[in-house]
Amino acid sequence: MNMAALQEKARQAWAIARKDMRIYYLKGPVLIFGIFMPVFLFLAFYMGGRDLSPAFLLAGLMGMTLFFTSTAVSPAIFPWEGQAKTLERLAASPASTATIVLGDMIASVIFGAGVTLVTLLIALGIGLSLLHGFVLAAAILLAACCFSALGMLLAVPPTNVPSNIMMLSSLLKFPLVFISGIFVPLEELPSWGMALAVCSPLTYFTDIARYSFTGTHFFPVAADIAALAVFALAFTVAAVVLHRRTMPRRM
Amino acid sequence: MPGVIEVADLTKVFGAVTAVDHVSFEVREGEIFGFLGPNGAGKTTTTRMLTGVIPMDAGSVQIFGHDISTAPFRARQRFGVVPETSNAYADLTGWQNLMLMADLYGVPRHRAEERCRHLLETLGIYERRDQKVQGYSKGMKQRLILAMALLHEPELLFLDEPTSGLDVQSTRMILALLRGLNEGGTTIFLTTHNMDEANQLCDRVGIIRGGRIVAVDAPEKLKAAIERLHRIEVSFDGAVTADDLTSLPGIAAAGRTGDKWQITTGDADAAIRSVVAFSRERGVRIVTLQTLAPSLDDAFLRLTGEEGK
Repeated sequence: MNMAALQEKARQAWAIARKDMRIYYLKGPVLIFGIFMPVFLFLAFYMGGRDLSPAFLLAGLMGMTLFFTSTAVSPAIFPWEGQAKTLERLAASPASTATIVLGDMIASVIFGAGVTLVTLLIALGIGLSLLHGFVLAAAILLAACCFSALGMLLAVPPTNVPSNIMMLSSLLKFPLVFISGIFVPLEELPSWGMALAVCSPLTYFTDIARYSFTGTHFFPVAADIAALAVFALAFTVAAVVLHRRTMPRRM
Repeated sequence: MPGVIEVADLTKVFGAVTAVDHVSFEVREGEIFGFLGPNGAGKTTTTRMLTGVIPMDAGSVQIFGHDISTAPFRARQRFGVVPETSNAYADLTGWQNLMLMADLYGVPRHRAEERCRHLLETLGIYERRDQKVQGYSKGMKQRLILAMALLHEPELLFLDEPTSGLDVQSTRMILALLRGLNEGGTTIFLTTHNMDEANQLCDRVGIIRGGRIVAVDAPEKLKAAIERLHRIEVSFDGAVTADDLTSLPGIAAAGRTGDKWQITTGDADAAIRSVVAFSRERGVRIVTLQTLAPSLDDAFLRLTGEEGK
């Protein structure tokens, strides 16, 4: 593919992302959810946080916020658009399935990263020091891509009933939170828990967030970044390939 | 000269049902091609395969020489689609929907704004451009969909029931626009149930039944092909039964619509003479009597086997 074709695809993906943001993200209830969710999660963590340090809690909170917001809307976009027949309009346009998936991912990345900044502001507001801001910014971006791609992967089953997808999404998302070192430090996990933790991309982001606020980490930072990149790439490729197969069945 | 659309042995199977069964036809440059068929005949499935929205199981589709399976984006860049169901984004304004299309089709911003203004003014919805589509009437939505399909100035337009359920004003506006586009060189593939529309607009029509093409020809030629039987419409000022009429020489069938009888005959002259003789004998006056040329409806019903159902 030449440069002009790549630019064309990028422009189409950005147009789809802007459309998604206008329709699905820039809505009062979604924005309120985005701002209040990390606040309420913080309060829940703070009140029930046993004797864990605020830095540990905030890093976990940041992981949960990014994970939940990046996967909040993206799984439902394909079913919604299939139901409203707008997906057929996109499918009949020169935008490829990969472009549509990437466009949906871009909107999800912006929303997820944007809401995660609220958590960062809470952290700074309670007096935590950000020791590795650049690493954290890179990790937020990479993890947002990874989680958004996971959201798109969850949208693959060719149903046009959004509640079916959201149910499936919750079934996967909530268990992941418990195996990713958010509530229990990785070093305290039993061996079977660690075996599960390494399978979750959220583990690596949480590890980097802890490193950014406390300077300590379980895995090498480069390994965390590499793991997030591999997960992001694998989820994206899988989402594109599988949507190519299932999208015609939504029409 | 190759056709704008060339379809060969197009086939689609859903489970045990063959929805489209080795369909072949060609649409020529600059013509309006009507695609007709009863519900469930395979029209929409065929159109979706032609536009690359769903994959085919066998056969091939060439649009402007581009294979829709292997080079779908080049083909799609040159056609616009007006689907049966209005599918503009209800939460976006009319203008935002059009600008989204401009971005997807690579229309430069300045040109896109010019085209949006021109199309919305032509279609009479420019004043509502900043209103969300969810507040539009059905006719306005359909006009917007047409504008979205035309924004990138396609050389080929696919329309699936574009005037279905619309008011007279919207219908006339859309049909006039289609005629104008065709005069300007746009090739049009029109799926419709409306025989009047097909008769008035189409240079040729293809009729599909049970997933198979049963005829492709000019409307007048299709009508001529079924002229073996003629129809006569007659009304009387007294009571007459179907048996009275079908027992007359030369009359094959008689059916009543309102106060008129529609008589089918292989020999119009003999049937008229019989009817006149019958009215004299029975002492009932003939109020109106006319011969009816076969319509595209008749051709459609005959060719799709729906006649008498």
